This record gives sequence, structure tokens and C-alpha cells, in this order.
Amino acid sequence: MARQRVIVVGGGLAGLAATMKLAELGIDVDLMSLTPVKRSHSVCAQGGINSVNDVTRQQGDTEWLHFDDTVYGGDFLQHQPPVKEMTEWGPRIIDLMDRLGVPFNRTPEGFRDQRRFGGTLFKRTAFAGATTGQQLLYSLDEQVRRWEVAGKVTKYEFWDFLAPILDPQGVCRGCVAQDLVTMEIRAFRADAVIVGSGGCGLIYGRSTMSMACTGSAASRCYRAGAKYANGEFIQVHPTAIPGADKLRLMSESARGEGGRVWVPRRPQDPRPPRQIPESERYYFLEERYPKYGNLVPRDIATREIFNVCTREGLSVEAQRLAVYLDLTHIPRQILDIKLGGILEIYEKFQGVDPREVPMKIFPAVHYSMGGLWVDYEKSGSGGLNVGSPRNQQTNIPGLYAIGECDYQYHGANRLGANSLLSCIFSGLVVAPGVANRLESLHGGAAADQPASLYELAREDHQQAHQKLLRRSGGGENPYLLHQELGHVMTKAATVVRYNNELREAYDTVCELQSRVDKCSLSDTGNWTNQNVVFTKSLRDMFPLGRVILKGALQRDECRGAHFKPDFSMPGVEGKEPAERRRLAEAWCDRFEENTRKWLKSTVATHTADGEPALGYEDVDTSLMPPRPRLYGLIGAEVIEEAWKARAANKAAAANGNASGKGSPPAGPAANAGA
Amino acid sequence: MSHNGHPHPATFEIRVLRQDAPEEPSYWERHRLDWEPDLNITSCLQRIAAHPETTAGKPVAPVAYECNCLEEVCGSCTMLINGRTRQACSALVDKLLEDNSTEIELRPMSKFPVIRDLLVNRRRLFRALEKVKAWIPVDGYYDLGPGPRQSPEEQQQEYPLSQCMSCGCCLEACPQYTRLEVTHREGETEEALAGRERALYDQGFLGAHAISQVILFNTHPTGRLNADERTDVLMEEGGLQVCGNAQNCVAVCPKNIPLTTSIGRAGRATTLRAIKKWFDR
Ligand SMILES: Cc1cc2nc3c(=O)[nH]c(=O)nc-3n(C[C@H](O)[C@H](O)[C@H](O)COP(=O)(O)OP(=O)(O)OC[C@H]3O[C@@H](n4cnc5c(N)ncnc54)[C@H](O)[C@@H]3O)c2cc1C
Ligand code: SF4
Ligand code: SF4
Ligand code: FES
Repeated sequence: MARQRVIVVGGGLAGLAATMKLAELGIDVDLMSLTPVKRSHSVCAQGGINSVNDVTRQQGDTEWLHFDDTVYGGDFLQHQPPVKEMTEWGPRIIDLMDRLGVPFNRTPEGFRDQRRFGGTLFKRTAFAGATTGQQLLYSLDEQVRRWEVAGKVTKYEFWDFLAPILDPQGVCRGCVAQDLVTMEIRAFRADAVIVGSGGCGLIYGRSTMSMACTGSAASRCYRAGAKYANGEFIQVHPTAIPGADKLRLMSESARGEGGRVWVPRRPQDPRPPRQIPESERYYFLEERYPKYGNLVPRDIATREIFNVCTREGLSVEAQRLAVYLDLTHIPRQILDIKLGGILEIYEKFQGVDPREVPMKIFPAVHYSMGGLWVDYEKSGSGGLNVGSPRNQQTNIPGLYAIGECDYQYHGANRLGANSLLSCIFSGLVVAPGVANRLESLHGGAAADQPASLYELAREDHQQAHQKLLRRSGGGENPYLLHQELGHVMTKAATVVRYNNELREAYDTVCELQSRVDKCSLSDTGNWTNQNVVFTKSLRDMFPLGRVILKGALQRDECRGAHFKPDFSMPGVEGKEPAERRRLAEAWCDRFEENTRKWLKSTVATHTADGEPALGYEDVDTSLMPPRPRLYGLIGAEVIEEAWKARAANKAAAANGNASGKGSPPAGPAANAGA
Repeated sequence: MSHNGHPHPATFEIRVLRQDAPEEPSYWERHRLDWEPDLNITSCLQRIAAHPETTAGKPVAPVAYECNCLEEVCGSCTMLINGRTRQACSALVDKLLEDNSTEIELRPMSKFPVIRDLLVNRRRLFRALEKVKAWIPVDGYYDLGPGPRQSPEEQQQEYPLSQCMSCGCCLEACPQYTRLEVTHREGETEEALAGRERALYDQGFLGAHAISQVILFNTHPTGRLNADERTDVLMEEGGLQVCGNAQNCVAVCPKNIPLTTSIGRAGRATTLRAIKKWFDR
């Protein structure tokens, strides 16, 4: 039998973790990336990576609580078994990265230091200076280089993945890709294709993401028939530095290390910020969320900052919306050790020292929770059956998705420092499953497929490419179309969403999409033509843009990052205890009703006319029943009381039934109310 | 005109040294841009791509260049800006216009073969990392517990070296790092070309970035276990002896990596290694 091969598309954390693990399992890998893998977007991650550790454990932390924070933070929209497995692997993943040489910060005694990130009460985040993503990526890059030297990995850097190749049975047998230097289009044979192509922030024009985060690879899989799920869940980071070309992130760790968010109580107070006395500062997060303070989960911080500037008119500047993120009360020396890298970014790009002057920041599109739909196989203990070929597999057999481009781990909202974990985890866990798939293929390997399958696919893309180059002037400019797309998406589908605006945006995006076919290229050559490559990726932003907008339009509720004021559930205001209780019960009824209706993943399928067909998939919440997120809601205590009483009743009823049948009480679910 | 009290020109020119493909002649071209707040060189190149026209109004192909993170952390966008090797994304137009208020000059790095315009082939830089075995030789990726305990002092020694983003500034500035280029042969595959390229690179100077990586991995408690192998590479053709100690490298590193300190430590390591080898004979 011919040797089997696997293609990995993308050399971010997810792609590199998968490559390295596959190579260890003896599998040959072709690793493909738009940029040299060491330059992948993962290098931008600053803050850190989450997992339970020996210290938090003694403070009462467990993998189960990390799991709980993740699903609670995600508003219960993710299947629970993969999340449970991920949080259980957390400590082992950090240990592994530690062994690979990641220079994690150390305590005086030589242990790994930890910090606290949003959405949890424990110091669960390991970090390497302020460049954790870079450090993690480099150590994986180094391991992959080692396998490259050993001949197990072949890199195709500066290559653009164009499409998966499916056989007549719909099984993925390889892919078509294009060399960005020579413009050669080639068909690759593979027994599995694993896509780890990252997020799709560029659909929003400017975001915190890198320029390769176009979503093009995921979109091309979607157009080939792969399902795309929960597209409408786009995380907007509360704190970014607004810039002309990019919205540069100010990591959550700035708040984790004690950074305080405030605005002057007097709108656009002209005094320099440090001359504004404490009493005239409005620390609005601390005042409204005393328990979490500046570390409220991202969606809440974002909305509050957005509202303070827009609705309440308290923006620091009138033209450019911004609030202060203040570190100036922390000693310089500590800032340099803990946050050096990110403070340098601010200083470098703004020309101001954030150790002396509070930073100005505003929310920006940051992370795609949604992505390619992937499968998993649940184990008896409620986690994953590691080694199952179904794990991370899309609905196209043989086509896998990992990292930010899958939809699996973060539900409606991702917790800070959980993405680096999910990227490495999904990369590591996909490998044994793929290995088993290869074993089960026996004679059906890609090497034995007819040459015509590949030649035809290549020919198709070659022709489409030539057609693009030859198209005579429709007069549209791809770069300007991209700006327009970004503008429409940012306005309608970020922090606050309204149906009329979403509907309008959908129509505009369809109109822009029809214009993309009339783009005139300013470069029609066949050597390192970045113009045509950009135009192709722009073309592929539209299908996902439509998925995002349509998903958002149809979802008439508020969940995590998806916030529609018209469907929000205000808190409970009554004065009388009895009335309050009654209102709280009504609130809980409504919550349960909404859960029945909307605790479902949106699953989009591409149709021939380009219209996404949306279906809804139930979420596996078998480990932890959904409960309301009450952060900062008026009357939260009384709602919580009512909710707990309900949960206790249900548990009692369930236990009654269970003991009646003589079976043991439910395992982890027994912790639910805790 | 002025913005926030700082004067600025209404427009300015970018002069770019272009080249259509390897082995083609290079030529200068001028582009005029409107001033905007917060511009950097990458955003200028984005604006040129959106309206690719020379100052004289001649339509041209967009300027080819590399970028990704736009935060000076991926190392993609190195080029010569007003003659200085640096990242385009962190080169602020306002600062550049302070030196010369009418024009900014862009050239591709000179030590690497030009692919097109400002885009160069830096495979040699990554090849050097292979050569010096810049990785921790772990047994495998199964769970074997945590890595070695390390003091904060050790961490703070390793961390700066580990921030090298393979941008190539140190190589561009180094007088001992000379340009090596293989030319494409008629009918040759990309893979064959890459093979010849690698053979040629292996004869050339490794460069400061790779020497510094040797020190990084030879400092790490696990990496140290095969320190000799890495030190040996420094003693081969193209190794440490090529370095003339001109110290240009350390002056241009955007990550402030203490390259000459690493070179000094590498010097002591190779000397010790040579003595040991002599005694072991
Ligand atoms: C500024 C910033 C800071 C962050 N900080 C944190 C943090 O502190 N903690 C945390 O947990 N998360 C953080 N995140 C999120 C996290 O960094 C990302 O989710 C994660 O790095 C994504 O990794 P990935 O492997 O999925 O993809 P990426 O690292 O984005 O890599 C994608 C790869 O796919 C390739 N690719 C894409 N399209 C194609 C194509 N068409 N053809 C070929 N190759 C292609 C690219 O070249 C690249 O190699 C941060 C994100 C941002 C933007
Ligand atoms: S010190 Fe050595 S490596 Fe650095 S510039 Fe001088 S010759 Fe080059
Ligand atoms: S040592 Fe500095 S200049 Fe040289 S490649 Fe690394 S980051 Fe760039
Ligand atoms: S784009 Fe990454 S360093 Fe400039």
C-alpha cells in the first residue's frame, strides 16, 4: 500500500500542535500556510493560557470548575463533552509546553507563576511575559522544524489553500492550493485534510487580528459543503487601541494586573487624566460589578464601555470614542516585568508611555467563536473518546477543523486565555483520531485514487484563476469593497444588534458580493500577484459575512456576545419581597422558555444560489444544566434564589426517580447547583 | 497643516525600489499619498495597493510586500526604510516625516534575494535554525510531568532571547553576512531549486540570530543536554569564526536581543569545546 499522508492547513498553534503530534505517531504531514508558520497570527496572543494548577487546586479549584467557568462564560452554547475533555487536559498541556521550553514566568521558588483573567475567581493563567502566544507558537514551531529535518514534515509556506478535493462519494481526498510566489496551482493527495486556519476578523475590515485572518480557508470548506456553525457569535474585545490599519489589542492582562477602567464624570473633561481627582472619576465597571470589578467577562466589559461612550456620552474624546485604561498607580518596575511587551506596543504605536499616562482604549472585533461544524465522540465518563476519528471531523469525511476556525469550545462567548488552550488541545486531540482513520482506510488511500480526480480539480481552479486575471474592467476596486464590507459588518453585527439593521446589512452585503465579480485587477501578471490573491480572499469573505448576519438576524435572544436589546431580559425591580419573588419566578419561567427555544447552535449550509440555509442543533448539556448568567443584573440575588430553589427541586425529583430505579446518583451533575 | 498641534504636510511621497521578479532589473517609482493621522508604512502600502498609481498618474501594479501581525511581533515586514532596516508596521509616518518632510524611501532588504518589489526570500534564515538544532529535544509529547524548575533569573535570561521573531534585521546589518542567491534553471522544479539553495546556504554565515538561539537552547536545562552538538555547528564552516564582532547586529534588533552578549558566550563555549576536543583526542 502506498504511504499515507495528511495535509495540515495552517501553522498557528492548532496546526503546529496537530503536525507535531501526527509526526510523532509516524504519519507524514504536508503543512501549508499563507505565511511562514512562525509568523502565524498566534504570535499576537499576549495574555496567557488557562488551566487548573497546584496552587488553585488547594484553593478549591478543579478541572470541573474550569469546565464550569467555560460553559457558563459561553452561555451554555457549547457541547459539554469536548469542553470537559479540554479542561481535563489543561494541566498536562501546560506541562508539555513547559517541557518544550516555553519560558513561563516563574515564582521565586522556581514554579510557574499564574495570573487571574476575566470570568474566573482563580489565578489560573500561565504566562510568558506579555508574549505568551509567541512563546507557545515558537516552541511548537521548533518541534515541527525538528520533524522537518527528520523528513516527516514537508512545509508549503506562502501557499494558499483553495479547496478540499472530494471524491464522488463526498470523501475528502486532498486539496487544491496555490503557490503565492510562482502562482502555480497544484492538487495535493491526502488521506485527511486538517484545517487550522484561524479566525475571520478581516470580514470586519479592521480588527485585532492579523492580515492572514481572512477566514478564506474556512469559507472555501463551507462552499465545498462543510457546515459552519454559530457564525453570529463574534467576540468584541473590550480594550483595543484604535489605529488606521489595525485595532491593536490591549490585553486583558492589563486589567488582570490591576488596570482600572474609568471615564471622567464630566463629559470630555479637558484636564490631563492624572489631574482629575479620584472623586471626579467614574470607575464604572467597579461600581456596577463589585464582585468581578474590572475583570467582568468580556461581553459585559465591552458593552459597558460601548454604552458609557455612546449612550451616556462619557467618551474621553468627542471625535474618537475611548475610555481610560489606567495602570499608572502600579509601580513601573512591576509593570515592566509583568506587562512589558504589551506596554511597549502601546508606546510604539501611540507614542505615549502608558506607565505615565492612562491609555485610551475602545472595543474591537477580536475572536470568532463560531466556525466549521465539527463532530466528537462522547466517552462513558462524559468526556471524549480520544482516538475516535470523529473528533474534530467536519460533516465531510476526512476533512477536519481545529483551532479558532472550529466552533467547538467557546459557545456564545470565549473566556480570556481559553483559546490558546483550545487551539493546542484540538491540535493534539485530532491526531490520534486521524491516525485511526488512516488505519481504517486500508486500500482506500488517496494514493490509490485516480489521477483524474486531482487533475480535474486543479484544472477547475486554474481556469477560474485565469478568468479572474483576464476579466476586463468592471471597474470595482477590491480594496475599497473590503472597506465597505468591514464598515457594514462592524456597524450591524458587533456589540449591539437590531433586526432592522441586520436585515439592511444583509442586503448590502449581498449587493457588495455581486460587485466583487466586477473587480478589475490592477495586476494581471502571473508572478507573486498579491492583487489576485487578495481578491480571491475577499470573494470568500462574503459567504461567511452572510452566515454571520443571517444567524444574528434569526437569533431573537441575547446570549454571550450576541446582544439584541429588543430581546433582552431586564432584571427584577419590585419593592415588596413577595412581589419580587413573583417577578423572579416569572423571570425564571421566561429564561427556561428561552432556553428551550434558543439553546441551539446555528448550523449553516451553503446552497447553490449562495443563500445560507440555517438549521439548529441541540446542545449536549448533559453534564451541567444551563443556568442564567446574572452578572450585574438588577435583582440578581432574588432571581438566583428563585433559580436555586427550582434547581434543588429538580435535583430532588431526579434523585427520587434515580433511587427508585436503584441506580447511583448522577455523577458530576450532582455538583450542578454548587 | 497641523493635527493635535503638530504640523504636517498635506501630502508626501513614497519612493519605492521595485523589481518585477528575481533576476530582473530594479527601478525607482514614486507614489504620492495624502497625509492622515496614525499612518505607518504598512498602511501606506495598503493605500498604494488600493490606488496603484505613480505620482505622475501612471497606473501600475501594486507594490508587493509582506505583512501579517501589524504589531511588530511576527517579523514579516522587514525592509529598508530611509536606509534603515526595520519593520514597516511600526515605522510611523509622522516620525519619518520629521527627518524629511517630503519623501520616504523604501527598498527591499539587500542581503536576501528579491522575489518581487519589497518581498524577499528569507529561507536561509530559517535554514540556519535547522542547522543549529534550535529546539528542545524532548522524548515525545505524552504526559511526563512538568518541565524543569527554573529560577526567575534564569527565565529572565532566556525570555529575551526567545523573543527573536526571525525578522532578519541583524543579518541585513551584518557586514559578514553576504547575499547568497541561486538562480532558477530552465525546467527546474521548486523543490530542486530549494535543495540547491539549502546547499549554498549551508556554506554561508549562520548569522547573529542563530548564534543567539544556540545560547538560548544551551542555557535551558533540557536543551543543555545536547549543547555540544549545537556548539559544534558554531565551529563549522559559516560558524562563529565568521563574525567580525562589528556589533551592528545588536544595534538594529527591534526586540533588543542582547546579540553581542550571546556571541560572547558562544565564543567562550566554542573555546572550551575546542580545548575539550583536543584533550579527548
Ligand atoms: C491580539 C490577540 C491577542 C490574543 N490573546 C490571547 C490570549 O492571551 N489568550 C488566548 O487564549 N487567546 C488569545 N487570543 C486568541 C488566540 O490568539 C487565537 O485564537 C489563536 O492564536 C488562533 O490560533 P489558530 O492556530 O487557530 O490560528 P492562527 O494562529 O490564526 O493561524 C492560522 C494559520 O492558518 C493559515 N491560513 C489561513 N488561511 C489560509 C489559507 N487560505 N491557506 C493556507 N493557510 C492559511 C495561516 O497562515 C496561519 O498559519 C488573542 C487573539 C488576538 C487577536
Ligand atoms: S557582531 Fe558578528 S554577527 Fe553581529 S554584525 Fe558584527 S559580524 Fe555580524
Ligand atoms: S535577533 Fe533580532 S534582529 Fe535578528 S532576527 Fe531575531 S529579532 Fe530580528
Ligand atoms: S507585520 Fe508583523 S512585524 Fe510587521
